[in-house]
Formats: sequence, structure tokens, C-alpha cells
Amino acid sequence: MSTEPVVPAPSSGWETVIGLEVHCELRTQTKLFCGCRNSFGEEPNTNVCPVCLGLPGSLPVLNRAAVEYAIRIGAALHSTVQASMFHRKNYFYPDMPKDYQISQYDVPINAGGWLTLPGGRRIGIVRAHLEEDTGKTTHVGGGGRIHEATRSLVDYNRAGVPLVEIVSAPDMRSADEARAYVDELRAILVATGASDGKMEEGSLRVDANVSVRPAGSEEFGTRCEIKNMNSLRSLGRAVDYEVSRQIQLIESGGVVSQETRHWDEGAGRTASMRSKEEAYDYRYFPEPDLVPVDPPEEWVASIKASLPPMPSERRERIAEMSGLPAGSEAVVTVVRLGLDDLVEAVGAQGADTKSVGGASPAVAAIAVKRAANEVASDLAGAANLERSSFAKLVRMESSGQLTSAQARTVLKSMLEAGGDPEVIAEGLGFEAMESGGLEAIVDDVIAAHPEEWARYSEGEDKLAGFFIGHVKQATQGKADLKSASALLRSRR
Amino acid sequence: MTAAFGVVSISASVRSGEVRALDVLDAHLEVVASHEAGVHAFNEVTAEQARVAASMIDGIVAGGGDPGPLAGVPIALKDNLCTAGTPTTCSSKILQGWHPPYDATVVQRLAAAGAVFVGKTNLDEFAMGSSTENSAFGPTRNPHDQTRVPGGSSGGSAAAVAAGFAAGALGSDTGGSIRQPAALCGVVGAKPTYGLVSRYGLIAFASSLDQVGPFAMSVADAAALLDVISGPDPMDSTCLGEATARSASRLGSGVEGLRIGLITEMQGAEGMADDVKARLALAADALSGAGAKVDQVSVPAVTFGLSAYYLIAPAEASSNLARYDGVRYGLRAPGSADITDMYLRSRSAGFGDEVKRRIMLGTYALSAGYYDAYYGQAQKVRTLIVKDFAAAYENFDVLLSPTAPSTAFEIGAKSADPLTMYLNDVFTIPSNLAGHPAVSVPFGVGDDGMPIGVQVLAPALAEPLMFQVAEVLESLAPPAPLSASRRSLRALGAPADRGAAL
Ligand SMILES: [Zn+2]
Repeated sequence: MSTEPVVPAPSSGWETVIGLEVHCELRTQTKLFCGCRNSFGEEPNTNVCPVCLGLPGSLPVLNRAAVEYAIRIGAALHSTVQASMFHRKNYFYPDMPKDYQISQYDVPINAGGWLTLPGGRRIGIVRAHLEEDTGKTTHVGGGGRIHEATRSLVDYNRAGVPLVEIVSAPDMRSADEARAYVDELRAILVATGASDGKMEEGSLRVDANVSVRPAGSEEFGTRCEIKNMNSLRSLGRAVDYEVSRQIQLIESGGVVSQETRHWDEGAGRTASMRSKEEAYDYRYFPEPDLVPVDPPEEWVASIKASLPPMPSERRERIAEMSGLPAGSEAVVTVVRLGLDDLVEAVGAQGADTKSVGGASPAVAAIAVKRAANEVASDLAGAANLERSSFAKLVRMESSGQLTSAQARTVLKSMLEAGGDPEVIAEGLGFEAMESGGLEAIVDDVIAAHPEEWARYSEGEDKLAGFFIGHVKQATQGKADLKSASALLRSRR
Repeated sequence: MTAAFGVVSISASVRSGEVRALDVLDAHLEVVASHEAGVHAFNEVTAEQARVAASMIDGIVAGGGDPGPLAGVPIALKDNLCTAGTPTTCSSKILQGWHPPYDATVVQRLAAAGAVFVGKTNLDEFAMGSSTENSAFGPTRNPHDQTRVPGGSSGGSAAAVAAGFAAGALGSDTGGSIRQPAALCGVVGAKPTYGLVSRYGLIAFASSLDQVGPFAMSVADAAALLDVISGPDPMDSTCLGEATARSASRLGSGVEGLRIGLITEMQGAEGMADDVKARLALAADALSGAGAKVDQVSVPAVTFGLSAYYLIAPAEASSNLARYDGVRYGLRAPGSADITDMYLRSRSAGFGDEVKRRIMLGTYALSAGYYDAYYGQAQKVRTLIVKDFAAAYENFDVLLSPTAPSTAFEIGAKSADPLTMYLNDVFTIPSNLAGHPAVSVPFGVGDDGMPIGVQVLAPALAEPLMFQVAEVLESLAPPAPLSASRRSLRALGAPADRGAAL
């Protein structure tokens, strides 16, 4: 394989088309077809039995918990959860004990569906089916490279671990979108409880089908399947590389051939693994050792009802509360890190706080920003953070008791050591304003300038500066001017 | 004397303390010692383990306990049933020396019922064949005439019972592998409804057709064995979830008023010997004489059975036998250059010709572009057969046919021509495709003096009715001699000169 130069993707003229196949290991206690423990990182070949070793005479028995997780995933992806069956996918590989994989073929448990990216784009899901994982082969000698290895060792601990393979529609148009899809899918899988979402441990594995076509074309180009990307970063790099390679190939008069390509992280390029002609004939046929899976409707309904809100719904909720766009970085961060409850806590406390009535969008927006910035950058410290104390802090900031700079300092201290924001603010020498102090000052300033207030009320916006100036003066510069502006607007 | 060596009678006398299990075992082992060299029913005789088991049974009886419904009954196990610690080979070089770490469910159940295992019996490699000639360890010979085959693939189990090496045996039946050797050896052999008996620990040939079943000298004994091994098993998803009526529950009820259909398509079949035809007619008359209403019935789709079977069974086998690759257990050819070379060399050296032939057939039938024309079409035939049987059972309680087209043939007579060999299963295959039960009952001998079997077919889960009719047939059957070795079983209770016998 000669070196293939990396060229930057041309900015126009070509459209990238990406479809992803994501394999997700399910967090069941036991494997898909036997009672062996499903756990990562144990001594090789300790979690094995006649069934997952494929010993002669052994038979698979389907794990109900795996079916339940698959249904949870399907429900979360808006798939049709349906009666399904298993097929055998036949090919020889040493880490596959039976030399066939029990998978689903033309009747998967979940058909169709979609997920919504933070930016609002909807990506189609073709199917999400159940199958068993393989073992792991390690090549020994020759520096670990397969062709130079003197022998190979196989660990069957992973053989038979339940997987759900989620196949997307070819709906993504850039490497960034592919990464956003995987990120969103990972969040959904974690939310369903089905996966720990750890790409680095291999519990989430991504293959990409990549093709290019002239911009505006309706027909798909010939696709290549890219394997061996083990992080979002390598997914992005691999897709970018592959897109450039295909465009350059076509522009120089070549033809993309359908093949499977291997991403080499070190070299930063993809290389051909197998051509279409060399592709396996898997000789799929219905698995005679298992009966069809036909989950009762009530069971499916109860599983669906037990699902927590998915990330896109949570972003919508935070957006609604705070007035910030659902796709904004702060909202996305809050949801990705699961800090929704901090924002909710502020809303919950709103009603009993005298200074600011209810959970106004402005207050919630402050909570979102503090959560997405200070809390997000000290997630370990978030454990020290009482929800009610956080809510109190946000309120102190929104009411002008603390400037935003002061609020950030107090919050950092809370993240480090916990504590009550009022006490911390006092300890830091931040002059505590009377509860509702800023409001009183704003009202005084309004009362003192009735003429200007009338003009401002009728729409002369530039007078806002006049009032803020007076508030600043009255507080010797300690007022949070944003809060003052907000109060001013609310009085208008 | 023979009744004393039946499954039910042995267990009754052992449980009552009348005879010792160890004496029963030794009586059989003496016959093994004197005749096994000629018959070659076994891949392995487990005499020592059997003695330990028999002594334990005697201990339980002596202590006032009940060892179970098969107390002290010597049983032979087909060597495709996993036995913990005892080699299980499928009569294939590829599994030679493999010791399973677990017992098949049926083996566990027999042991729990007090059975004593005499040994593992020879079979056509991976149960692929109808004569037990396709064994990597040499053919089994028919105890009635050692120049002839015992049938197959469970030829070793059928021969072991016919020869008096064991009171009963287990076999597996994918297309007739219990019933055809039962017919050729003059014993009773039953294939139960698919799903009645667990397949866990039965080394798969064709998963959707395989079923474990019993061999015995009488219908009642076969039913008793089946009642011990059948029933739900959480280890086999295709096993029926609920217990069913005992197979022996209708024994002794006669056939008065029962409607019995003679399958038209199974009488004029090509290659069917005249003596077999004559015995079938005699059986029909006998049942009629016993009060049954016997009539002709057409089950047209059974004529497609053989073709469908030789697509479905090899297809499943090609996948089931993929795991014998030299990586984890069994034969690994030495000196391979890489993994593909290791696969090729291990499998080339480990499998015999018939196994390779079927793997190739099945691989081809499942290949892209051929699936619909072959495997898909065969599955449609299967549906058709079920439908035609259902129609027949609207008017009949059970159906009747020959078990095999002829009596036992000479060793080597058909081994050069696989297609002629395949015809041996033409009458037995439809029951496997339908998933229905069927039993072969000895019904006299042919012109050559060799045993002939008649097959009783029944709808799914109608084992009680099937055995009810089979027992009447048995009682009306023309006399047929026991094999010389079974005749040599000494009377129980007589002191044995064990040193001389073994
Ligand atoms: Zn296991």
C-alpha cells in the first residue's frame, strides 16, 4: 500500500454522505445466551461456560434483560418495537467460538426510528438489533502485528456479551455531524441504562459508511466502510481523511470501489482491508436453536413508560425554562453532563423566594450558565454542591446581591468545599445587600425621576443608561448591572 | 427369561431388592465381553463407572431408599450425547479424545432415575448415515447377522439392545436414525415429538430436526425410558415449556374403534422390498382384527420429504459443524502456516467423506443467490408436509407405514452409492420434517430371516396414543428370534463367575 497523501476537503462541489453502524454492549449482569457474568477487564477465559465457548451440544437461551434493554433503546430511538427472530451469520474466525454469530437479520427487534441532534437535525435510524459479541484475539510476538505474530491468544470472556447494533440512515453530511450523532446516541444509550457509553473500553464501537457525490446529486456515490475508530476524535479524522481520499480519487479520474477500509490512527489514514469481491457470504439462515422473540405489548408499554426523558427532551425543557436556544452550548452542556437538576432546583425554589418571583427565564438562564461553566469545569466538586445552596446563589446573583463576578467566586468556593453562599460571600467580604436591596434602589431611582421614567416606559430605550448610571452611583458600583437592567425592564 | 431383562422388570426387581443392580450389570457385561468384538456396538465401554453406579444403587436399596424408576437398568448412550468426563466423539476423528465438561440433560435425567451407563455407542460420523458404516472407528455389525449393517445412524445403540449389551439405549433421530436401525435390529425405537425431549448436550447435526429417543426390547420399556427423559428444560429454548401426558399412560387400552390410516405414498414406493410390503399388510390386518378401522390415506407431500430433508439437514449441519476448527478442542492439524491453513488441514483430516459431502451440500444450499431456490423452497415443503399430515389426522388417529424399505443389507452393499443409501430414510424423514412422533415396532422377519419393523406415526404430542397402538402391534407380531448374544444373557440371581466372564 503506497502512501496516500492527505488533501484538504474541497470547500464546494461535493457532498459527503455518512451512515454509521454503532455496536453497543449492553450492561446486563449476564451474557446474551448463558449465565456467565458480563464484565470487563477480568482474567482471560474466566467468564466462560459450555454455551459461550460453543462447546458441542450446548444451546443458547435468550437473556430477558438483554431483550428489555434492546426495547428501551428502540423506544428511545422512536423505533417500532416488533416481534423478531434470530439468524446465524456464518463465517470462520478464531474469536467466534461457534464460527457463526447469532444475530438478527431481516426481522430485527427495532425497526426504523430517529434521533434529534442538538442543532435540531433529525437523523434516521434504520434498525437496532440484538446480537452476540465475539471474543478477543491477541497476537503474540512480532510486535503484536498479525502477520509477524508467532502465536495468537484468544480470550472468550467477551464472547456472548449482548450487543445492540444501531444502524443509521445515510443522513449525515459531515464529520462533525457524524461525531454529533455518536455523541447524541451515546447520551441516549446511557440515559436508557443500556450502556456505560465507554468508547475507550470498547463498549461502544463505531463503523462508518462514507461516500461522496456531486453537490445537488440525488444518487449516492460508492461507499466504503471504515472500521477501527475508537474515539470520537478518530471518527472525525477518519471520515475527513476518507472524504478527501474519495474526492481526490474521483477528481483525478479514478473510481471509488466498494470495500472495507481500516483506519490507522498512527498513520492518520485508511487502508483497504477487503474488497467487495472478497466480502464474506454470511449464509444467513434462521437460528434453529432459538424461538421467535415476541414481547407482549403490555411489557413493551411498561418498558416505554419507565424510560427517563431523553437528552433532546431535556434540552427542550431547559430551553423552555431559560429562554436559551435548545442547541446553545450552555444548554447542551448542562444536559450532556446531567446538570439539569441544578437548573430545576432553582425553578423549584423560585416560588418561595421573596426577592424574585417564580423561576423567571432570566433566573433559569443564570443557573444554566453557572452550571455549564463553573460546575461543568469542576464536576468532581459538583458532589459538594447542595442543590438548594446552588439555587440560593443563583438567586443572590439575579437579585443583584452579588455581581456575576462575585457569584462565580462564591460558586467556585462552594464547589471546592461546599457551604452556604451567604456565609461564603460574607467571609469573602462581599458586602451583602439587604434582601431586595437592589430592587429598592431601582425603585428609588425610578421614583426620583418620574419624567425620564415616563419617556423610558413609552419606548425611549436609550434612557436605560441614565437609570443604570444612577443605580451604579447609589450602590457605589457594587450592583450587578445586568440584574439592574432586568429589574428596570420588568418595571416598565 | 427375556422379560426379566426388560427396563421395567429390571427396575422393579432391583427396587424390591429381589436382584442386585450389580448382578444385572454383570450379566450384561458378560455378554459384552463375549460378543462386543464381533458386533462393535461401542466406542467406549464404561464398565468401571457402571459398577460404581450399580453399587450405589444397591446401597440405596439396602438403606431402604428408592433409587428411582430406572433403578439398576443398564443403558447404552449414543456417542453424540455429552457425558461429563467420558469421551464423546460422534464417531469422528475431529472429536477424538474430547472429554465434555458436562452431561446432556437426558443423561442427567437417566442417572437421576437410577440408570447405569454401560458405554457410549458407535454411530455414523456426526449421525450422518443409515448404516453406521460412516464411523471413524469402524462399522457396527448387526447382532442377528454380523455380515449385515445394523442400520444407522444410531446403529450402535440399536445393536447394543438387540445384542443384550444393555436393557435400553438412547439414540438421536434426525431423519430416521433411531427408527431405521431399530427396525433392522429387531428392537423398538421411538422418535418423540420435536421439543418433547431436551437437546441440551446432544451434539447437533440438524438442530431443527434432531430429537433424542429411546431403544428397548418392548414398547412398554421404550415408553418408560421416554417418560424419564422427556419434559421441560430451561437449557433448551426449543423444548416444550409444559409437561405432557406420560407416554405410557394409555398402554393396555387396545385399538378398538381407533382409526388407523395406511399411508398410500409409503406402500408403492420405489425400492420397497416385497417382504416388507407383506409384513405391513399383515400388520394392518392384525390391527383391523383387533378392532381398529384401518383404511388407506394419501399424504401427498411426503414424497417431497427426502429432497427437502437433504437440503435442510445439510444446511444446518454446515453451520453446526463449523465450530470443529482446531482452535479450541478436538483435532488440530500440526504445522499449519496460518489460521486458514489450520482450518483447512484440521477439517480435512478430521472429517470423513460423508460429513464433508453434507457440509458442502449445505454450504451451497445457503449461499447467496441459492438460498431461496434451495433452503427456502425446502422450508415450504416442510410446511406442506405439516399441512398434509394435519389433513390426514382429521380422519385418522394414527398412521401406519413401513419403517425401512428393506431388511438389513450387507456391509458395504450401499456405501459406494450415497443416493441409494439416502433412500433408507424415505419413510422416516417426513415425521422429522413435521416434528411429529413415530415409533418402529418389530413385526416378524423377512425372507432372509432378518427383522422387519412397522412404523406408527402420530400427531404432535400424541405419544400416549402412538405407544398404545404400537403395543397392540407388538402383541400381534409374528415370532422373531432374539439374537444369539441376547439369548446368552444368563438368568439373574445365578452366581456369576466374573473372573471367567471378563
Ligand atoms: Zn457462558
